Amino acid sequence: MVEIQSYLILSAITFIIGVVGVLARRNAIIVFMSIELMLNSVNLTLVAFSAYLGDTTGQMLVFFVMTVAAAEAAVGLAIVIALFRNKQTVNIDDINILKW
Amino acid sequence: MVEQTLHSLSQFLPETTLTITFCISILAGLILRNKPKVIPVISFAGILLATVFAVRQMGSSQAVFSGMIVVDPFAVFFKLLVGSTAVIIFLFSIYSQEVQSTLKRLVEYSSLLVAMTLGMFLMAGAVNLLMMVLAIELTSLSSYILAGYTKEAPDSSEASLKYIIYGALSTGLMLYGISILFGLTGATDVYAINRSLAATSVNSVALLIAVLLIIAGFGYKISAVPFHFWTPDVYEGAPITITAFLSVASKAAGFAMLIRFFKISFIDFNLLAAHAGGVWGLLQGFEWNKILAILSVLTMTLGNLVAVWQNNLKRLLAYSSIAHAGYMLMGVVVLNDKGLAAVLVYFMVYLFMNLGAFYVVMLVANKVGSEDIDSYKGLGYRSPFISVAMVVFFISLAGLPPTAGFIGKLFLFAALLDARWVWLAVVGALNSVVSLYYYVRVVRNMFLRDPEGSTEPIRFSFPQMAILLLLLVPTLLFGLFYSPIVELANASVLMFGVR
Repeated sequence: MVEIQSYLILSAITFIIGVVGVLARRNAIIVFMSIELMLNSVNLTLVAFSAYLGDTTGQMLVFFVMTVAAAEAAVGLAIVIALFRNKQTVNIDDINILKW
Repeated sequence: MVEQTLHSLSQFLPETTLTITFCISILAGLILRNKPKVIPVISFAGILLATVFAVRQMGSSQAVFSGMIVVDPFAVFFKLLVGSTAVIIFLFSIYSQEVQSTLKRLVEYSSLLVAMTLGMFLMAGAVNLLMMVLAIELTSLSSYILAGYTKEAPDSSEASLKYIIYGALSTGLMLYGISILFGLTGATDVYAINRSLAATSVNSVALLIAVLLIIAGFGYKISAVPFHFWTPDVYEGAPITITAFLSVASKAAGFAMLIRFFKISFIDFNLLAAHAGGVWGLLQGFEWNKILAILSVLTMTLGNLVAVWQNNLKRLLAYSSIAHAGYMLMGVVVLNDKGLAAVLVYFMVYLFMNLGAFYVVMLVANKVGSEDIDSYKGLGYRSPFISVAMVVFFISLAGLPPTAGFIGKLFLFAALLDARWVWLAVVGALNSVVSLYYYVRVVRNMFLRDPEGSTEPIRFSFPQMAILLLLLVPTLLFGLFYSPIVELANASVLMFGVR
């Protein structure tokens, strides 16, 4: 039996990796992958708590989070394509018409 | 069970109307491919109908769909606010060149506006964390697409990408906060969270982290510092109609959720009976209102100071709307009935003055082709009526009498002083002075500078003027006869389940 702390620490680590990825990586596709990582760590936390509390609400939430993640990825990639047609790049540093 | 669902459906009429309108708009877009101009009319009628249904919900207070959402005066108020904003935005769209130049995609535009309005209606009534997240997502996903609607313009798709990256990041942060809160309390319903927090003591550090993460999600929606980075870019890059919609409706829905979450989750009902200090009762050992106060000071100060340097009027209004979010957060810091009523009054006033300012920017950009502050030089001579209207909107945004903006600020400051937040009120007043500087800069360009280039008078059609009057008259009128909006606000602070 693995203690709940282990799951929570793991999910906290993946979450932080995801946040750092969003803030530090410069490729828009990788940024979206990092966001998926964040949402998956949310899922892990929910499932762990759900098993710990003996309450299935958490597992139900996971389905919704997955749906949200899929919708976000679909819209996000569509926007990346629209932008690529204009600028021929997915590098966030090159996307800088709008500033201060 | 069946009866309960049927009863819930009868109380869900505004949202159902919007859902059906959304489906009809898309289908009609497929069938009437050669008549794209019909679709906005359908969407407009649907939103109007939904707003009328929302008016009919006034005064009722109950939870529907097994406590997922509530219908109470507070929710109805925000539904009306969002609905009327959407109606006005459709009127704007008739005269927006950006929108009318892409006739073929008018279906996307109007159906997504309906979807966004639906999301905001749900945000106003959501009392379950799951429902809150889904409502936020429905609103956000539609607005990501609409921000990039003029996709041929490079700044529009850039705005859209920035919007979705910041948006997805804050959704992720918020969801993580929710997952921790679920673990601590075993509930996703705000009333159950309240009961659980009242009955047992939870790990205060974990609760702190969870609530901070959830604030990140709300802060992004209302564009509070430090979650505001997307605001100027998106406001500048998106079509003006969408910018205006985001600046009023999206902010209002975000505030509705923020207020409901804090008020219901952390209120201590036992303390409340004894004295007014129970509003933040369940967060012992940690003063959340201080954190919100700091957030509010940062938001308005940064918004106002950066706005001083802006030369693009859309961007200037973006920073000014950040500052206004800061003013409204001052009312949330108080969070008693008086503070909330002040926020609601401010929102009603803000609707007219902010939409008015954006409308003038749109009309001028249509004729002059630029939103730059220099293109407003000598506008007072070329188009006196529009310029005078702009001056009224700006005076109102700065909060000077005799306009409605003054009344909004007056009630906020009164609520703050009443709750002994003197220093916060002083900071707010100082900020209003700073904001006057950049509003006056535009006014100076309009009236005290000679026009550059063309000096021909600019004329606008009668319907365009009528829409302007629709926004101008309330801005002036509510400055003098403010008792109706104050009464409406006082009646709308009641939330389901809060005595």
